[in-house]
Amino acid sequence: MDLQFTEEENQFRHDLKAWLAEVIPNIPPEPHRDDWTGRRAWDTAWQRMLFDAGYAGINWPKEYGGRGATPAEHLIFLEETERAHAPYVGQNFVGLLHAGPTLIAEASPEQKAFHLPPILKGEHIWCQGFSEPGAGSDLASLSTRAHRDGDDYVINGQKIWTSFGHTADYCEMLVRTDPDVPKHRGISWLIVPMGLPGMDVRPLRTMEGSTEFCEVFFDEVRVPVANRVGAENDGWRVTMVTLSFERGTAFISEMLQSMELARDLATLAKQITRGGASAWDDAGLRRDIGRICAELEALWALTKRNVSQAQRTGLVGPGGNVFKLAYAELRQRLGDTAMHLLDRASLSIDDLGELPTHAHVYGRIHALSLGIAAGTSQVQRNIVAERILGLPKDR
Amino acid sequence: MDFELNDDERALQDGMRTFLAGRHPLSIARANEETGGGVDRFMWSALAEMGVFRMRVDGFGMTETVLAFEELGRALVNGPLVATHLAAGNLGLRDGKHIVGMIEPTEPWTVVEHFDSLDDVIVFREDGLYHVDPAEMKVVRAERPLDALTPVARIIEMPEGELLGDGDHAREHYRNGMVLTAAYQLGLCLATIDLARDYAMQREQFGKPIGSFQAVKHMLADMLTKAEVARAAVYAAAVNIDGRGDVPGDDNDGLLQKARVAKIMAGDSALFCGKTCIQVHGGMGFTWEVDAQRYWKRACVLDTHFGNSDHHAAAFAAAL
Repeated sequence: MDLQFTEEENQFRHDLKAWLAEVIPNIPPEPHRDDWTGRRAWDTAWQRMLFDAGYAGINWPKEYGGRGATPAEHLIFLEETERAHAPYVGQNFVGLLHAGPTLIAEASPEQKAFHLPPILKGEHIWCQGFSEPGAGSDLASLSTRAHRDGDDYVINGQKIWTSFGHTADYCEMLVRTDPDVPKHRGISWLIVPMGLPGMDVRPLRTMEGSTEFCEVFFDEVRVPVANRVGAENDGWRVTMVTLSFERGTAFISEMLQSMELARDLATLAKQITRGGASAWDDAGLRRDIGRICAELEALWALTKRNVSQAQRTGLVGPGGNVFKLAYAELRQRLGDTAMHLLDRASLSIDDLGELPTHAHVYGRIHALSLGIAAGTSQVQRNIVAERILGLPKDR
Repeated sequence: MDFELNDDERALQDGMRTFLAGRHPLSIARANEETGGGVDRFMWSALAEMGVFRMRVDGFGMTETVLAFEELGRALVNGPLVATHLAAGNLGLRDGKHIVGMIEPTEPWTVVEHFDSLDDVIVFREDGLYHVDPAEMKVVRAERPLDALTPVARIIEMPEGELLGDGDHAREHYRNGMVLTAAYQLGLCLATIDLARDYAMQREQFGKPIGSFQAVKHMLADMLTKAEVARAAVYAAAVNIDGRGDVPGDDNDGLLQKARVAKIMAGDSALFCGKTCIQVHGGMGFTWEVDAQRYWKRACVLDTHFGNSDHHAAAFAAAL
């Protein structure tokens, strides 16, 4: 076992840091969270900068315009961009990390040639139309219907949790093309341009107060059959292929943010006075924060194990589920600890005064999504128990 | 960066596991309970011959040693393994065939484990490490130790002993002791997962294996999750001590923090896995017969070695 990076990896880090040091100071401030036009421009401008510097599609194969980086280099990339407080992947998320890799694996040469370059350059934003009001953890039970009419599919139904649905250009979408076969075998994967007649995108306000998610309604929406990726009714397999692209890097930016937040919490505790003493004089609080920081360190080590495994075998394996379970729980505990420390100051999402409290309150709310998004913790536990420990299925 | 076991490490792990499965089935541990939980000298010499106590003298690093101690935990081998390893390996005390115990003076009482089996005792004090001859100590033995395989006694009288190493020495040994103990605790976690899994597969209620119920599955998934996080922390501490980590090999404060992470995660995880293993076994888990209780009790014992997880969580915070 070895936690040190190779000479090439160190060189990669060195060059990246130099580039970040040069460009980050000139990046304009992040637009207000409800300014979606501004946010799209900001996210895509960053993507264009990455593209021009050769860092776009860091883990995409070179033949499709990516950098072809190893999982370890991907880890370094995420580590350094986060430490430099570079813009997050933002609205480029679905295109770069989900739809793009799916197209690389499964799309026709024409589809690849048309769609991949604009994703890398930040010209196209993608969203995801998978979940439905009636199909969450049981995604394969989705019922949005697409029936053939000549050279078109005609789509009727509803999608939900569609991140960036109101700013996106394209939607990667799962539809039911055959309702008369077992649920996994009647699904197809479509590229759906946004803004087609019959499509209605309604922002969905989350408990954070933001409108990142949308509901998308389809009423007789016509999409050419040529927009299908993979064979008809083979969409479930196409989706599973996408999941196999995960290399243990999915939560690195988020995790490093939490590590910084936990250390900031210790700093904040030293600044807050309570009953004539510093809040940091409370041994119970110190122990809680110490344990949280130690656990975050352990999860950083686990991330490196997962990435190493991906580097060796091409797959993360069980470590990915284990990481997500542990991280979701820990991040909530960090949030709870912060709220207790802030006490009455936690009642405002924005800073009330000189102390930086916003990140902690906002982070506490955000943490509630971690055990839900991308597979609830309960579904993750089922996966760990069945696929790793071999316990019998029963649902 | 390759934070996965290489072929040599894998071979060492397999070798140790096979050796212990053959030489130390749990029936031996149970039989030891009937004779007062003393250290099995026969087993001890076998471990000494394997070189377990001399690994780091014989050119192995902390990484390999941690893998060996993980297997010792998995096999629930009893006795002062870590103390004997520290003594034989770095203090040059005896040759690894003797049983060396350790004492950390504590309040309200200082407790010694395995007193009747010990040839030598190392005492960890702020200013250094001391060697004490057990013959010069007076103790009162506890009639019913928490862990039947870890007899304990309260120390009534103990000479200061002879200085073996200074404060820096003591701190380095203490740190290494934390990491090796954490490795043993990790082994305990893995053993409880196997035990609970096998039971959940085989025990039937309502006409099916209890392992098919989500309530039981989720307990097992939580055990595995905590164990895997602990594993990453333990291996990271060892690799860092061996100078192949992300903190420089001479950054003692940084290495100590890594060791703390390992001891906190493995300690908490072993306690959690131990109690959850008992819960998965239901009524049988509360019996003497089922081994679940043995793992949990050992986890309780080891949490007190080289500072418990609460102590290290506070210490970790103090360095923030």
